[in-house]
Amino acid sequence: MDHLDELEAQSIYILREAFARLKKLALLWSLGKDSNVMIWLARKAFFGRVPFPALHVDTGKKFPEMYAFRDRFGKEWDLDLRVEPCPPIDSVDPTLPPAARSAARKTEGLKLALTKYGFDGLIAGIRRDEEATRAKERVFSPRGLEGEWDVRDQPPEFWDHFNASPPQGAHLRIHPILHWTEADIWAYTKREGIPIIPLYLAKDGKRYRSLGDQDITNPVASTASSIDEILDELENTKIPERAGRALDHETEDAFERLRVAGYL
Amino acid sequence: MNMILPTASISATPNGTTRPQVRIVIVGHVDHGKSTLVGRLLHETGSLPDGKLEMLKAVSARRGMPFEWSFLLDALQTERDQGITIDTTQIRFRTRSRDVVLIDAPGHAEFLRNMITGASQADGAVLIIDALEGVRSQTRRHGYLLHLLGVKQVAVVVNKMDRVDFSADRFKEISDEISAHLIGLGVTPTAVVPISARDGDGVAEHTPRIGWYKGPTVVEALDALEPAPQLAELPLRLPVQAIYKFDDRRIVAGRIESGSLKAGDEIVIMPTGKIAKIKTVESWPVTPVHGPQGAGRSVGITLDRELFLERGDVIGHSGQSPRDTRRIRARIFWLHDKPLTTGEQILIRLGTRESRATVVAIEKAIDPGALSNEENTAIARNHVGEIDISLAQPVATDPYTDNPRTGRLVIEVNGRIAGGGLVLSVDAGRPAVPIDIVPVESALRPDERSARYHHNGAVIWLTGLPGSGKSTLARALERRLFGNGGSPILLDGDTFRAGLNSDLGFSPQDRAENIRRLAEVATHLARNGHIAIVAAVSPSTADRAAARRIADSAFREVYVATPAEVCETRDPKGHYAKARSGGLPSFTGITNDYQPPTGNELTIDTSNRSVSDATDAIERMLATTGILFDELTDLAANI
Repeated sequence: MDHLDELEAQSIYILREAFARLKKLALLWSLGKDSNVMIWLARKAFFGRVPFPALHVDTGKKFPEMYAFRDRFGKEWDLDLRVEPCPPIDSVDPTLPPAARSAARKTEGLKLALTKYGFDGLIAGIRRDEEATRAKERVFSPRGLEGEWDVRDQPPEFWDHFNASPPQGAHLRIHPILHWTEADIWAYTKREGIPIIPLYLAKDGKRYRSLGDQDITNPVASTASSIDEILDELENTKIPERAGRALDHETEDAFERLRVAGYL
Repeated sequence: MNMILPTASISATPNGTTRPQVRIVIVGHVDHGKSTLVGRLLHETGSLPDGKLEMLKAVSARRGMPFEWSFLLDALQTERDQGITIDTTQIRFRTRSRDVVLIDAPGHAEFLRNMITGASQADGAVLIIDALEGVRSQTRRHGYLLHLLGVKQVAVVVNKMDRVDFSADRFKEISDEISAHLIGLGVTPTAVVPISARDGDGVAEHTPRIGWYKGPTVVEALDALEPAPQLAELPLRLPVQAIYKFDDRRIVAGRIESGSLKAGDEIVIMPTGKIAKIKTVESWPVTPVHGPQGAGRSVGITLDRELFLERGDVIGHSGQSPRDTRRIRARIFWLHDKPLTTGEQILIRLGTRESRATVVAIEKAIDPGALSNEENTAIARNHVGEIDISLAQPVATDPYTDNPRTGRLVIEVNGRIAGGGLVLSVDAGRPAVPIDIVPVESALRPDERSARYHHNGAVIWLTGLPGSGKSTLARALERRLFGNGGSPILLDGDTFRAGLNSDLGFSPQDRAENIRRLAEVATHLARNGHIAIVAAVSPSTADRAAARRIADSAFREVYVATPAEVCETRDPKGHYAKARSGGLPSFTGITNDYQPPTGNELTIDTSNRSVSDATDAIERMLATTGILFDELTDLAANI
């Protein structure tokens, strides 16, 4: 088994544990490179069929290429796609800095979807290497009744034994690709032939390393116009993956505040 | 718009992901400098992203503090405010020869669960000790837990050498003490390295201040730690995660914990001891896959016969299967606020199996920090001990020394993991239980029997209130099928309660066990070509569902739906009268605790149809669902 085989086997194990131990699961599909790999892994885990809904919490501010991707592959991959809208900006905590406040709409949209469907498990494609608070996540991460994350009291989790009993009305976040890196995602995307949104490839000296909302995501300088070139670039770059995400950089704790409140 | 659909390729990636990867946890007493060492390691190996150093300087300045490396990992506000690491985190960097995943684990005693969470994933460990403070209780505790978690490679780092003027004597003193402690636990330190993490001495380079030290730097010591050992050489262990029936395949899914498997292998499913052959190894997008699949793979297999198996079973090869047991001795660590006591009811997770269990005895209870023995009736929080566990159901497991993957367990309290440990031995102090049960198969093939009887094996499960007519119908059906050359066998609930099940009462647990045994016997008969006719009140939906799972595709459920008032007027055994007078406290019917079935194959109300008419209806159902063959039903139609 090579490195990618190991990553894949571990993710499949996590997905199957989630499906075996939780009653009402959904997979969060943000249309980006990570959640596309995650859907691919789910199809592997369940032999071609994703046996739970794919939830797109839609801010309405994604790139047109992302919507086109969703509409095409939602069908081709035979997903039970649920698109859920987010509430308007004035319903969001006004003390947050502008980009974080904009992003927090997604947390609110997520809460509405949770109330609507009563999911007890949400599968999310976050990775430890993306961001420092994500590095502290559990694979099965309990969330409070309001979706909040209690970082001071995370349950022990060892030897691939996961805590899978959310309190009544609360839910678990399940993170099947927590142990992957950005380079792993690209190497696997290439090996498996997983389709990608072209915004990730360089055009006019710029490309997106991470895709979020149009208003708060910026491209980075790059000449990488193929996955091989992206992998070469990642080998040498010292620019963090989320450099183009405005919300991460507004204040020291902006991202932590978002995550504690239930953001991915 | 255009999508990008790259061509699949299996060539090595250009970015070094084929390099060996080791996971290393950094543990030690609080304030001995773990986070600082990690920050320094990242800096020295050129692994910090652009701007990070400047950001950390700014954060430190804003707080009016000298530059603090630990802010790199202590990402949480609370951590920075209090200057402690609360939760474990992971960060990556590279040495010359490998990719390293560094797991930073909190040293604070309060967060031992987080240290264990981090350390359980590690291939090796760095144990850090403050040169001034020396070996502390938390140092010893962490050493002990590393040993208990199975982490065998430990590099010791003596930090803050600047505080002891880089004294070689002080270093030797600490080195001797910790080496003795670790060796006593069965762990030999791979290196003991003197450093100053804050200034960088001994981290990536030897500096003149520790010129007397000739051993490896921290980076060199990390380079010498090996990736996780291969488990492919051990016997096959495949704990079942689930059985999927998304299409016409019935796929048994799970991760191979050790050994390997391939299509054609004969396997044993434990703890039941059923045997089968692997028909295919299924996959996606291409299936089936050929060639052996080894340890670590998440696979799906199909079997050559329809067997009842479930999540928690463990698949092994014949002759090398795991043991089944209801009694385990384990060495555990305890993380819950409330001490673990003798007699306590707990939930055990072993692989994918979950079982209720009782703590029969606590044989040792020690504080690994003080290394003191304590009284043997309870294991306190953050302490370790050896316990004897009795399980409510048989489980398949191995002693930890035979198989590190299947020989470890966790304990759950109120839905949350509260402890964990290693299986030391199974079946301690109990009469010998046969090991490696291999059921003997019948000499006859199913088709030989069906050719004689003109039917396939089946379990016909008649459920309904007492007096609804189950036994009467069952006897009529038995007579009818036998008259047509078949092989029916009546299994009446009351008859079984007089013999096989005479040890059982009428509590929900006993009722469930009564149904389980009836279903097992009936299924055995059905597998051998007979039609087992079960007549049992079986009031619980869950119990009947369990019976259906046992008998699987042979199960046919007939709900004898005669109204309660009619049943009571019949009262063939005088039960209703007795219950009305209070003589039968747990009698189903009067207290109205019967749960009618929903997915049953047939419903019959005997208050408005004759016995022979009802028997016809059952026969028709058996014919349309593939139990009775055509010629036999034709015969029946002409009677």
